Amino acid sequence: MKSVANDTSKKKGMKTMTLQRKDALSGYLFIAPALISLLVFMVYPVIASFVISGFDWGILTTPKFIGLENYKTLFRDPVFLESLKNTFVWVIMYVPVSILVSLIVALAMDMPLRGIGFFRTMFYLPVMTPMVVCALLFVWIYNTDFGALNYILSFFKIAPIKWLTDKNIALISIALMSVWKNFGYNMLILLSALQGIPESLYEAAALDGITPWRKLINIKLPLIMPSMYFVILTSVIDAFQVFTEVYIMTKGGPGYSTYTVSYYLFNNAFEFGKMGYACAMSVIMFVIILTVTLIQDKIMNKNVQYDM
Amino acid sequence: MKQSKKSIILSYVILAFATLIVLLPFFWMLVSSFKSQKELFAYPPTFFPSVWKWQNYKQVLSAGSISFFQMFINSMKITIPVVVFNIIFSSLAAYAFARINFPYKNFLFMLFISSMMIPSAVVMVPRFMLFTKLKLIDTYMPLILPSAFGTAFSIFLLRQFFMTIPIDLEEAAVIDGCSKFRIWATIIMPLSKPIIATLSVFLFQGSYNDFMGPLIYLNSDTKFTVQLGLAGFRNSFSTRYDLIMAGSMLALIPVLIIYVVCQKYIVKGIVMSGLKG
Repeated sequence: MKSVANDTSKKKGMKTMTLQRKDALSGYLFIAPALISLLVFMVYPVIASFVISGFDWGILTTPKFIGLENYKTLFRDPVFLESLKNTFVWVIMYVPVSILVSLIVALAMDMPLRGIGFFRTMFYLPVMTPMVVCALLFVWIYNTDFGALNYILSFFKIAPIKWLTDKNIALISIALMSVWKNFGYNMLILLSALQGIPESLYEAAALDGITPWRKLINIKLPLIMPSMYFVILTSVIDAFQVFTEVYIMTKGGPGYSTYTVSYYLFNNAFEFGKMGYACAMSVIMFVIILTVTLIQDKIMNKNVQYDM
Repeated sequence: MKQSKKSIILSYVILAFATLIVLLPFFWMLVSSFKSQKELFAYPPTFFPSVWKWQNYKQVLSAGSISFFQMFINSMKITIPVVVFNIIFSSLAAYAFARINFPYKNFLFMLFISSMMIPSAVVMVPRFMLFTKLKLIDTYMPLILPSAFGTAFSIFLLRQFFMTIPIDLEEAAVIDGCSKFRIWATIIMPLSKPIIATLSVFLFQGSYNDFMGPLIYLNSDTKFTVQLGLAGFRNSFSTRYDLIMAGSMLALIPVLIIYVVCQKYIVKGIVMSGLKG
């Protein structure tokens, strides 16, 4: 009896072994296309970016290894430094404002209101709209002499503002347009987090006679923190790469006041053909984004309670 | 409920104000696209066009070096293969990550997830050089291939969905000796229609709205996509905002159609992608 049992279990073991192997094989086959694509179009280019950044690599000339020379030049290049500064200003300006707007609208939507579906549809419309369309539309709205915005402001006795042609204002104008276009996306994520808060918590709070303000500070905000960090992280990564709106609305101008790292990188690579120099820029951008991500990750792990 | 009366009024005020801010620019685009050039630059501006100038649209359809219709076809030549192939290959990978055991699975999954954090600017130049070497510049391949074989975001979203499908459904098929591929094709995919719809919208939006990609890779204007052609209007028409706005309206139409048809899937998808948190 005993030996028979042993025998079958052995056989079964062998069978599961081969089955496991077959499974593993099909698993690898299933991920193969995506994995190869990941290696060719993501992993290889990232590594190549680091390598190319060490070369003087033009379109027509033969590449020449120059070590860290590109990086040294970059930090003496006033246009790059200006672009870097503008990009940081952009991130610091755009991310908090857009998330604050998303949060306020999400909090307003998280109420027993009529027509929530309608509002949700409206607020997501700009997110779906192509950036090129939004940018062209706002070029027209921002027009100093004939634009709708200055006309509306004239009712409030505000003199015409040079939205896109004043050095000190152009970047802010583009950022406002981006907030308008993008807030709906983060709003939906925050709203779904708010709606995931269990009703029982509010009931307990109501028994204690809690004020709406304390409800916001002590219940709602802490409980949506995981989604909040996700929203901040993705917004920061996107904001560092701002390109299309700048390219269409101002082409970096007036002067260099709306040059961003992505824009200058694009110019160097595809207008001046300075591939090595452009790659050095992309490496710097990569390092900055990675650092910000890691810092945020550290703060996040300290502060977030995942269990609700 | 008592306290909430004030908050409800405040909420309505906020939402009404936000709706106004969101809709006014679209409204302005619509009426501007129908105005004559003279009326466009009238001061103070008129609210509605005194004469609705449909000719603007007629003119813009053939205004660029290629017709708007051709640009639309060109966009579809990129968008359709991206959507179809991305969903096939992403879902295969997602199924493997959700249900099949193989060595280094978690490591490989993390590799995909972390690739989402890589800024596209970092891979831009080497990719361009790669496609130059393959002699694929000024073709649609550089815009299709990188997303056609599955991308991290799609795989992540599909995997999340696959994990919610009850495993019992597959067990019967396993006992019958079905291969993993048949389970994927006959059980998993038919059950995943909602998430496939969601993902199709995201992929369509990403590909159709893309500007930087076509700007880098397409040179001959006969190959221009809608976004690239539209952006060119800014240079070729400079102050013809009537035509630029009419073109913008036309570029918006495909997005609007998809948006109206697939709305509920979009909300679901965003909620799912945000759950990662």
